[in-house]
Amino acid sequence: MPTLTINGRSLSVDAANDTPLLWAIREQLQMTGTKFGCGAGLCGACTVHVNGEAVRSCQTMVGDVAGKKITTIEGLSAKGDHPLQKAWIAEQVPQCGYCQSGQIMQAASLLSKNPNPTKEEVVAHMDGNLCRCMTYSRIQKAIMRAASEMRTASATSNERRPT
Amino acid sequence: MNEHVKNVTPETTDLSRRSFLVGTAATGLVLGYAGVPGIEQAAAAAPANFEPSVWYAISPDGLVTVTCGKADMGQHIASTMAQIVCEELGAKWSDMRVSLASNDPKFNDPVLGAQITGGSWSTMMNFEAMSRAGAAGRIALTEAAAAAMGLPPYFKDQLVVRDSVVSHPKSKKQMSFAEIVRSGKATKTFTPDELKAIKLKTPDQYTMIGVSVPQLDIPSKTNGTAKYGIDVMLPGMAYGKVVTPPVRFGATVKSVDDGDAKKVPGFMKAVILDDKTGTTSGWVVAVANTYANARKAADALKIAYDGGPNAKLSSQSLLDEAKRLQKLEDSGQFFVKDGDPNAAFGSAAKVVEAEYTTSINIHAPLEPMNATAEFKGDILHIYSGNQFATRSGAIAAGAAGIDPKFVVMHQHWLGGGFGRRLDADMMIPAVQAAKAVGKPVKVIYSRENDMTMDFSRPLTYQKVKAGVDGDGKLVALSHDVVSAWPTARWGIPDFLTPSVDKKGPLDSFTVNGADFFYTVPNHYVRAIKNELAHNATPSGQLRSVAPGWTFWAVESMIDEIAAATGKDPAQFRISLLDGAGKNDGGAQRLRNTLLAAMGLSGYGTRPLPKGEGMGVACVSSQERATASWTACVAHVAVAPSGAVTVKKLTVATDVGTQVHPDNIRAQVEGAALWGLSLAMYEKATLKDGGIEQTNFDSYTPLRMSQMPEVAVAVIANGEKATGVGEPAVTVVAPAIGNAIFNASGARVRALPITAEAVKASMKA
Repeated sequence: MPTLTINGRSLSVDAANDTPLLWAIREQLQMTGTKFGCGAGLCGACTVHVNGEAVRSCQTMVGDVAGKKITTIEGLSAKGDHPLQKAWIAEQVPQCGYCQSGQIMQAASLLSKNPNPTKEEVVAHMDGNLCRCMTYSRIQKAIMRAASEMRTASATSNERRPT
Repeated sequence: MNEHVKNVTPETTDLSRRSFLVGTAATGLVLGYAGVPGIEQAAAAAPANFEPSVWYAISPDGLVTVTCGKADMGQHIASTMAQIVCEELGAKWSDMRVSLASNDPKFNDPVLGAQITGGSWSTMMNFEAMSRAGAAGRIALTEAAAAAMGLPPYFKDQLVVRDSVVSHPKSKKQMSFAEIVRSGKATKTFTPDELKAIKLKTPDQYTMIGVSVPQLDIPSKTNGTAKYGIDVMLPGMAYGKVVTPPVRFGATVKSVDDGDAKKVPGFMKAVILDDKTGTTSGWVVAVANTYANARKAADALKIAYDGGPNAKLSSQSLLDEAKRLQKLEDSGQFFVKDGDPNAAFGSAAKVVEAEYTTSINIHAPLEPMNATAEFKGDILHIYSGNQFATRSGAIAAGAAGIDPKFVVMHQHWLGGGFGRRLDADMMIPAVQAAKAVGKPVKVIYSRENDMTMDFSRPLTYQKVKAGVDGDGKLVALSHDVVSAWPTARWGIPDFLTPSVDKKGPLDSFTVNGADFFYTVPNHYVRAIKNELAHNATPSGQLRSVAPGWTFWAVESMIDEIAAATGKDPAQFRISLLDGAGKNDGGAQRLRNTLLAAMGLSGYGTRPLPKGEGMGVACVSSQERATASWTACVAHVAVAPSGAVTVKKLTVATDVGTQVHPDNIRAQVEGAALWGLSLAMYEKATLKDGGIEQTNFDSYTPLRMSQMPEVAVAVIANGEKATGVGEPAVTVVAPAIGNAIFNASGARVRALPITAEAVKASMKA
């Protein structure tokens, strides 16, 4: 039985190695925040982090992620208060909301590497994530808002550091 | 027998004739219509496990839970219903909660008498009922508070209700809703007349309507906790993956060889659907212990099909048939028959004729179709996100061979609807698989199943002929619309419309919009059913439905006439919107909306660079009686190659009253981008009876990088609230087509617009 390290916990799943990670997460672990959209890596609804990188969990097999650190939307923050999640609420981004776990996970992998992205960098990074409700402009605004808050928070924490 | 079945009453669903009760139950205050089972129980202090299941309930801790009978597919209608109740009730927004209704008839729409969500109808049709429900609750709470404070009843007008607190400023006494509910004194019956006589707030008294409160569903959609149909987990549940034939409709299964499927671990059974509802044809479900195994088993099945009567058909054959039908004089039925256009053409100074087409389009909500079925005792439980619980419950019952009253639909958030979830095909494999394996079964379509078996926007062919007199005045217009008839497929006579030539009912959801607000003395609109397309590509209601194609034709043709007579296309429209006769009121609102869009876009105020242009369109979507007046100015750049870049869309819409301004903007922007996506990026084709596009690599809705600037102006002039989920879809394609003409002289008449078509028209 493969063991997954997911959201900081070690969990064994009753799934063959060639099972898409998506279905192990959803069915075996009953974490349903990660969504099935296309099964072909074309829509981004199933995006999770593996060792900090955004990957499509429908295209990632359980056998390939043993020992790697997996993060889903449920594990992105302790209380749903990651700056991106707060920005998503502040900008009232979701409509149907189905794609938004994947959008947020995709965006989080951008901001963890690039705290000050340009609009073009945001678009390039997010273009693989479909939103059928077409909330794209609010997604962009929310990413910019979160990036700005993360920079401010980090500047503030630097200021507070005793010198 | 199950509690729910007792609650299913075959009696009238006209709630307006029932008394409205406010009662205190053990679990709190419940408010709803009398004659609805449960409410009297509640009023008579129901048992502790009573579940408040009417329009809303207030718990002893003061939380107000509104039950939404509308499907919430991202339009935030549940939150909107709560907002309307909250306004009249006087509750604090942070005390408001929402829950989603089951298919119990007591949750039927107060106007429609059924549970169906579409047409951008929900706000306009529920505004008054929810307002009165909220006001009745406030009155009951106020009277109870007056009694509890020891004030004589005639003091009640001195009480102030705000933020879930009833206060008496003179005596400085106050009680929270929670305290009043706990006092058990809030009990009151309103007769229908009393309910109707309640004086509702006037707009100047609003404190909630018109405020962009935080949508109640949004936090759960940022942390993975919102539950969609696909997220349902039941103990002992199995999974089903449908195997659909290569032909969209009409195929039958000749044989199934499950030899290889049996080698897949966890495989249980291959179930051939026996669909007496006629919704599906030739489907098989592979059932297994996990979805991954169900997919493997489905792939391993060897199925032989008889392709049936449609197996050779293509988009071209459907179009050829449409053209043949249009040429026949006795085809179809009349939707509009004013004057005599044919006579007027004879004396017209100029006649302009054109054909307009739209392709098959696929809904493709991001949550693939799914349903979970569970037989428990006498009751069939269905878990899904569905737009038409009344009909879908009946289809599920039909698939099970039981009476619809034994079906309980458990509603969930919809991972996109767009009209797709008005259909109930997903119920059938779930029900029949659950029956076959004796366990609850969750059926999930692959994206490939979802796309190739979509109840699509039908391929349409329209022929429009216009006549202009010597003064350049539009005197005649005849408009033929040939398509599959999506609503006729439902088999519900109430949704069809009598034809004006008394040739039987027609599907007005194929011609709405063609009955526009321009003044044209001689005007025919003919609805022609393309039976071949109807059978080969069973169609559905796709966001904006008929106005998505009728205005493509009308608003392109108006532009063509303006060009033929040397007029500015915007000014030409304004002259046609004179408000004469039946168009009085609507035409003026549409004219004003067009002017607003022109103003916001800077139409005609400055010369544009070479190769750029602006085009306008204005619409009365969705129906004449339910229109949101909407106009668009599209700004495009056209390259010599014919490639079109949409630089900006400016959309203005007159919604009467804004319940939630920010949500209206979100819906209008989303709808406008849907319009752009349908105009430029989405095309499905039929070949050998099957839809060729199977996933997001071949069917390609708009992505972030393709998004233009969008500017939205909302006009709220105090008229009744109208809907905003769809109308802006319909105005974008013709505005873009007209902008392309303005930029390059190329006229496109087929959707989606391609660079090849633009280039070909430039040369011509």
